[in-house]
Amino acid sequence: MSAIAIEKTTDAEALPPAPGAPLALVPPPRIDIQQATLKWTLVILPPLLGILMFIGVWALVSASSPNLPGPAKTWASAVQVFSDPFYQKGPNDQGIGWNILSSLKRVGIGFGLAALVGIPLGFLIGRVAFVNGMFAPIISLLRPVSPLAWLPIGLLVFKAANPAAIWVIFISAIWPLIINTAVGVSRVPQDYLNVARVLDLPPDKVITKILLPATLPYILTGIRLSIGVAWLVIVAAEMLTGGVGLGFWVWDEWNNLNVEHIIIAIFVVGIVGLLLEQMLVFIAKRFSYEFQA
Amino acid sequence: MTKYLSIESVGMSFDTKRGRFEALRGIHLSIEPGEFVSLIGHSGCGKSTLLNLIAGLLSPTDGVMLLANREIKGAGPDRAVVFQNHSLLPWLTCFDNVMLAVERVFGAQETKSKLVARTHEALKLVGLSHAEQKHPHEISGGMKQRVGIARAIAMQPKVLLLDEPFGALDALTRARLQDELMGIVADLKSTVVMVTHDVDEAVLLSDRIVMMTNGPAATIGEVLAVPLARPRERLKLLADPAYLDCRKQVLEFLYQKQLRAAA
Repeated sequence: MSAIAIEKTTDAEALPPAPGAPLALVPPPRIDIQQATLKWTLVILPPLLGILMFIGVWALVSASSPNLPGPAKTWASAVQVFSDPFYQKGPNDQGIGWNILSSLKRVGIGFGLAALVGIPLGFLIGRVAFVNGMFAPIISLLRPVSPLAWLPIGLLVFKAANPAAIWVIFISAIWPLIINTAVGVSRVPQDYLNVARVLDLPPDKVITKILLPATLPYILTGIRLSIGVAWLVIVAAEMLTGGVGLGFWVWDEWNNLNVEHIIIAIFVVGIVGLLLEQMLVFIAKRFSYEFQA
Repeated sequence: MTKYLSIESVGMSFDTKRGRFEALRGIHLSIEPGEFVSLIGHSGCGKSTLLNLIAGLLSPTDGVMLLANREIKGAGPDRAVVFQNHSLLPWLTCFDNVMLAVERVFGAQETKSKLVARTHEALKLVGLSHAEQKHPHEISGGMKQRVGIARAIAMQPKVLLLDEPFGALDALTRARLQDELMGIVADLKSTVVMVTHDVDEAVLLSDRIVMMTNGPAATIGEVLAVPLARPRERLKLLADPAYLDCRKQVLEFLYQKQLRAAA
């Protein structure tokens, strides 16, 4: 019975392709390879086309506007800029590497301070209704304020440009941290809190074993949003405060009318921002457990 | 009759947006040590509320509850709960979920190795030694509920509270877990209070079935003693007149005396 069935199927498969037996056996894997190539083409092709289109539009616009350098000219300039990224010729003329690093440093310090204050504060706000009532009006009032509006206050209080820039990062990065942590803490499922109550866990264990792990995904979202905002704001803040940094570099090259460098700076800001985001997504995936019913 | 767990004229009301809602009224119930008692009733009859009162997750607005001659005040590990949705902590492995409970109950007086041994033993009892290092999302619903049972029995509670423990499982898994639970409870001589809406489950597992009237102000309607010898075997019981009679009485209570238009 079974032998006949097998024979029949092989017959049926061998029927359509006329050219010969060996070929008839090959098709299945070949289709797989073709399908895989097709799949990958569909993954790679659209972004590639998009980038090409972007460069094309850029080239067209620059061709009709003599002041705007085209892709080729910018590329040549970028190669030059990145050939020596860490030179130092005085405080106002340093390599691109130093500019990136000092911007990252400011973002790091400002964000770090914001995390140090914002996450514990968010925890309190999410846990204690009284604290929530205290802070809710202040947060609602201050959160919509444009970050740069805080710069004069920073300059006034710290009397120096660098701490003022860090202050601006701090104040713009803190809101997503507070709000996401607070929401996360208040959304810890009642089931887990019931477990804590049945086990009669002491407060420190409730925090380390239940509240923190349950809130971690929210905190990580807060961190992602807040780093994103911080990176958006740093360029603008540095344009106003000066010193070393990508924002300052943009402003300096505008004064020098070196438009290629401004365009390079835009790409650098975008790429560094993208890398920061990807890094945090990776960390978030690494540390988040999966919720499943 | 020895009173181990004693519920005396307990009532429970909730303050809701639409005023006061009286969920339970005048509940009297005494449970002996080693007894297996089921609470059964239509959904919304307050049987889970009663279980949460015993667990101490809620405080009664009326009456008192005593466990081993001490008043129940607040939740505590002497009344371990197996929750319907298992409530395992998803960031801990099965082992760590059980260990958390073991550490809490025995951590003060036992060595680390003794605690680890207790945890292994509890997981072995529910047949999950092979899955100790897995996280809850990596195992099936039935296995999760087993870990929940392991966590509860590892605490060696005075009363084991089961809140529709098998409600979310398929019929075959449910039957297997019921048999396992019967074995474990017989071995440990546990005192058990179980909430269920499954008549067969109630008759199979219980020494007494407490049937509750419909809310609001639900109370105990009837209490049925199940006169079946242990160990009980599911298949043999199917033809047992005593089993069928118990089943009939519970069904009559639920579907004639307490029939509700839309449940």
